[in-house]
Amino acid sequence: MITALLRRDLAQFFPFTGSGAALPVVFFVAVAMLFPFAVGPDANLLAKTGGGVVWIAALLAAILPLEKLVARDIELGFFDQLRLRGMAEEAMMAVRLLAHWLSFGPPLVLATFPAAALLKIEGEPFQILVLGLIAGTPGLAAIGLMIAALTASLRAGAALSGLLLIPLALPILIFGAGALARQDQVSLGFVAAISLALVALAPFAAGAAIRAAREN
Amino acid sequence: MQAPSPSLIADNLACRRGDRLLFRRLSFALEPGAACHVTGANGAGKTTLIRAVAGLTTPYAGEVRRIGALALLDERTGLDPDLPLGRALAFWFGLDGAADAAAIMTRLRLDALAEVPVRYLSTGQKKRAALARVLGQAAEVWLLDEPLSGLDTASQGLVSALVREHCAGGGIALIASHQPLDVPGMTSFAIEDFAPAEQEEEA
Repeated sequence: MITALLRRDLAQFFPFTGSGAALPVVFFVAVAMLFPFAVGPDANLLAKTGGGVVWIAALLAAILPLEKLVARDIELGFFDQLRLRGMAEEAMMAVRLLAHWLSFGPPLVLATFPAAALLKIEGEPFQILVLGLIAGTPGLAAIGLMIAALTASLRAGAALSGLLLIPLALPILIFGAGALARQDQVSLGFVAAISLALVALAPFAAGAAIRAAREN
Repeated sequence: MQAPSPSLIADNLACRRGDRLLFRRLSFALEPGAACHVTGANGAGKTTLIRAVAGLTTPYAGEVRRIGALALLDERTGLDPDLPLGRALAFWFGLDGAADAAAIMTRLRLDALAEVPVRYLSTGQKKRAALARVLGQAAEVWLLDEPLSGLDTASQGLVSALVREHCAGGGIALIASHQPLDVPGMTSFAIEDFAPAEQEEEA
């Protein structure tokens, strides 16, 4: 049942195959492409600020899929039907978290290669950037899932979820982008730790949220 | 080992919507082969009852006891709107291990619609698709919320026939509908009979 659900969720959210399309990744690359146009082609300046721009672009790209992440399946009665078959909401949300991350985390990391080339980020900073995104995107996915589940039954849920994600994602951003500024890989450990805690928490918080959404 | 025979028992059930008490002291016990028709005006609490019996919401008071797997049909299909109907149903058929998926599709006259994305289906076609999902589940207990709404006369007859067969096979059906069903031996109650009296509501 879990694998069938994961396959279905991936088909829903994966870029190019699902209805979600590749929008977050395209958006991410577009920001990296626009930035040099905005600040000028000074390689030093780009290399210095580019990492931060990539992180902000990743954070904003994480907001894009939230609208469809949970609300649509609540409206469809999809989670209700799974519940009747004995599946716990926590399991549904854990599968959803994995599918959500797979659909935007790895594509984003891959898109970092062209993005970094556009922003003149090379050598060790590039390594730190990629490692940071690998460590940080699961946390962004977990925050996104919790917020999407909590705001699913609200009328303006989609707009609100974007606003809510930004402050909650700050710790990941501070340590992730901070690692670039200080050129040290230690803070990447913090990013990974925050991500792990969020990933562990998210299925329970999101599961409780969709249960609560039924009661009104 | 033989599975225990199914049963569905509501004991002294009370449900609220918002802070309004919809019904209270509602009890029934359904044995294998029993069909029960819940009638009531719109907003009387039929859907609330069905969802409470399904265990999706917690009743305000009382409890529901059930033996046997549960299938729920309500106004939401649970089918991905972007997928062709055949693939959307195949997900549930696969999950439920439905043996005769093709026969179910034919029975509900969905064969010709298998390639049509779910969002293009009409209300009645969606209802038939949801019925196919229920059939594929092969559950002992059926909860049907307005199974006849949006269906043409022929399909309404089909729903009655499906319920008759389900109950003849020892299944249980609880049906909330304001339209009549042709199922012999079906019991029936009006949900308004369990609505609180006015002064009781005030208190």
